[in-house]
Amino acid sequence: MSLPNDLRYTKTHEWVRVETDGTIAVGITDYAQDALGDMVYVQIPEVGRSVQREQDCAVVESVKAASDIYAPVGGTVVAKNDELESAPQLLNETPYAAWMFKLKVNDPKQLDDLLTAQQYQQVIDSEKH
Amino acid sequence: MKQTALIEAHRRAGAKLVDFAGWEMPLHYGSQLEEHHQVRRDAGMFDVSHMLAVDLTGDKATALLRYLLANDVAKLEVPGSALYSCMLNPGGGVLDDLIVYLLGAGRYRLVVNAGTAEQDLAWLSAQARPYAVDIASRRDLAIVAVQGPNARAKTWQALPQVRAPTEAMKSFSAASVEEYFIARTGYTGEDGFEIVLPAARAQALWQALAAQGVTPAGLGARDTLRLEAGMNLYGQDMDESVTPLECGLAWTVALKGEREFIGKAALLQAEPQRHRIGLVLLDKGVLRAHQCVKTPAGDGEITSGGFSPTMNRSLALARVPRAVTAGQQVEVMVRDQLLRARVVDPPFVRNGQVLIKENS
Repeated sequence: MSLPNDLRYTKTHEWVRVETDGTIAVGITDYAQDALGDMVYVQIPEVGRSVQREQDCAVVESVKAASDIYAPVGGTVVAKNDELESAPQLLNETPYAAWMFKLKVNDPKQLDDLLTAQQYQQVIDSEKH
Repeated sequence: MKQTALIEAHRRAGAKLVDFAGWEMPLHYGSQLEEHHQVRRDAGMFDVSHMLAVDLTGDKATALLRYLLANDVAKLEVPGSALYSCMLNPGGGVLDDLIVYLLGAGRYRLVVNAGTAEQDLAWLSAQARPYAVDIASRRDLAIVAVQGPNARAKTWQALPQVRAPTEAMKSFSAASVEEYFIARTGYTGEDGFEIVLPAARAQALWQALAAQGVTPAGLGARDTLRLEAGMNLYGQDMDESVTPLECGLAWTVALKGEREFIGKAALLQAEPQRHRIGLVLLDKGVLRAHQCVKTPAGDGEITSGGFSPTMNRSLALARVPRAVTAGQQVEVMVRDQLLRARVVDPPFVRNGQVLIKENS
């Protein structure tokens, strides 16, 4: 299971990449896509929508089930990855390239609360037991 | 968890194993979607050894089954012929759905669901006592389903000796060849065989089929294939609270005539208020079991829903008020949104062909 060290994570299995312009890109982890199975539908929030930390704001549906995707921090949606709507399987094939949406962060201090790769690994380990 | 004789083969193939009715079974071997397409386009194989074969033997076996099953085994005239039937409780509720094969005079084989196998055995044994019919649970057997347009040809390549006895065999019939019991049945809407054989031979058959390019498919693909084929799943589309008339299985109930069977009186007494329909989602999203269906005639409920890999859209089976009929548009509550769906008559897909026309 791939777990890049340069990303941050949530206990609800989103990954977060801090971009050079200070926005963040959000996707789902390799562990999450593997657990959910083949993705068949993605619903992503529209640009301009404001979201609170830990608010459910997107949905991924696999052959198995629907799963809510939570905002890792509060912010405003500044971009959505339209490609995923026609090719949801990208979430399975390249989970860390398949970002779902980008947020302009309200309070950069909230980023400090996100998990490191090592901390997220512990979350996975505890779920497996 | 219980394991089938093929557990090692599943592990070697990288299966994601899950608990299904107490059995450790493959959900998929990497991609459920690819496994689904493989069955629709070529041939795939499923380990369905968690299902139970039950052999009935006795002079009064026919009389017993005519009383126990909602379909009439008197229709089975030639050894090897098979019938799909529900087994009902006295209230008309579905205890299980099964396939019954006539093996010979006074000899039958039932194949029942894994989740209901133990209670079926108890029910059968209790009912069989006054008929002096012997009930044998065949946990010594494995069952492999080979399904797809090329399934039969590839089975014949893997087992050349079964070709001659099964080549002319019609759908819903079976033949015994050496230790193999080969039925032209399935749960995918495609042609193919279900092969019942000694568990000790299952690995060898699995490998022989794999050598002919038959790829393994898991329970995930099995579920999307049967949904497209409009086939019910016990425990989901029907259970003891539902009669066969309410879940699209009226065609399997032999109601006419003098024959008495368990549940008949209840079926004759109450006019069903609900029936089973198919739904095709018109909006984007995925239909799932237990979502509420809003219709002008009242609310109904999705019993099985999911994404159809063949149609590339979402489908469902639902139980709704009788007044709801094919062609109507209804709404389904999907999380917090009402999405539009069209009512259709299942099946959705058979033999690789989509049967539901756009805008029909």
